Amino acid sequence: MDFDLMFTSFPKLLGATVITLKLLSASLFFGLFLGLFFAILRLNKNIFINKFAYGYSYVFRGTPLLVQIFIIYFGLGQIEYLRSTVLWVVLKEPYWCAIIAFTLNTGAYTSEILRSAFQTIKPGIIEAGKSLGISNKIIFYKIQIPIAIRQSLPAYGNEIILMMKGTSLASTVTLMDLTGVAKYIISTTFKPIEVFIVAGGIYLFMTFVIHNVIKYLEKKYSFQQ
Amino acid sequence: MELLAFGKTGWGDELFYATLMTVAVSVTAMLVGFLFALIFTPLKLSKYKTLNFVGNIYTTVIRGVPELLVIYLLFFGGSGAIMYVASIFGYYEYIEINAFITGAVAIGIISGAYSTEVFRGAIQSIDKGQFEAAKVLGISKFGQFYKIILPQMLRLAIPNLSNVWQITLKDTSLISVTGLVEIMRQSYIAAGSTRDPLFFYSFAAVLYLMLTYISMKLINKLEVKYSRGY
Repeated sequence: MDFDLMFTSFPKLLGATVITLKLLSASLFFGLFLGLFFAILRLNKNIFINKFAYGYSYVFRGTPLLVQIFIIYFGLGQIEYLRSTVLWVVLKEPYWCAIIAFTLNTGAYTSEILRSAFQTIKPGIIEAGKSLGISNKIIFYKIQIPIAIRQSLPAYGNEIILMMKGTSLASTVTLMDLTGVAKYIISTTFKPIEVFIVAGGIYLFMTFVIHNVIKYLEKKYSFQQ
Repeated sequence: MELLAFGKTGWGDELFYATLMTVAVSVTAMLVGFLFALIFTPLKLSKYKTLNFVGNIYTTVIRGVPELLVIYLLFFGGSGAIMYVASIFGYYEYIEINAFITGAVAIGIISGAYSTEVFRGAIQSIDKGQFEAAKVLGISKFGQFYKIILPQMLRLAIPNLSNVWQITLKDTSLISVTGLVEIMRQSYIAAGSTRDPLFFYSFAAVLYLMLTYISMKLINKLEVKYSRGY
């Protein structure tokens, strides 16, 4: 065991954790909106809109995240037209490509989680809202969405942890996130176990924090108070 | 389309073999995972706190740490560990493990953690009376497990195992970083030499979609088979 290496690599890895957290929070933020949007499309009665939303979630859940990142980072740059548009400013940066890929991926999973949450809402609640003369729009925003969010908290917590692990793939498109730096230290020192313990410890700590925050929120917003 | 031609001019045959390689790695990894689950599920269900702790450490660490990090650990540390063990037995030559074994074991360790959780959940949801009835009838320990617990457990476990399979299948794309030529690695090579990454990565996505679709259909059949009588 090389404890010196563990001590010297800890600040480096901690610095890289900032990038991991940035990637995670940005993709979760955008992904939540995307997921909500597609979940609403899934509940639409129009079969084309419905199928489109289903296709989106099927494709992004059925392919590895690595493929999605590679298509966006390596693939999209190939289209000549894209390079001349404003989009290119975003797409040439690996940082934004990673965020786009993560957003699309977590959006697909989030849409499934929210859809099933919407479907488990008892019709009686909506009927109660209607009989009180509340408009459909307000029923949706003030009754359905809050209940759906509460229902989907446990599953969404899992999704956050999966996404946190997913951000490690950013290291494959040259970003130096926690895994990227860990790999760099391993390949220069050839001490995989020490680096794994430190980097893995940081990841486990983040998992632990997320897990407990979600648990707290679940308790806080539970129906039986 | 000529990019996908079979033979020397296109990448069709290479990608076909790469797909077979992905399937082979996934199946091996899944089986390695079952082996790990076979060891760790009893630990997690054990009466002893220490054994519980060991089982929990395995599932918590593996499920809380990115797959890529586990792969790097085995890729860089695997041959070192084997050589260390070999040196105890007096063998000091350099040992190289091939990429297939490294990949299958790395993904197997990961899928094993998920399988362990699935089996634990399935065994715990079998009615206590079943265990007691088997004991009362004087069935041997092996017979209890093999004829009574396992068939009931499989029915409960198969839907969740199908999720584990999907995760495992998708995780195999990550071992392309170790140089094993599976779908992702082959697409990377093809994209590099033809300068057409968009096409090849999209095609890789289609291949993965195909694999997940086919396996879903097969697993649905299994599900029907094991839920006969319910």
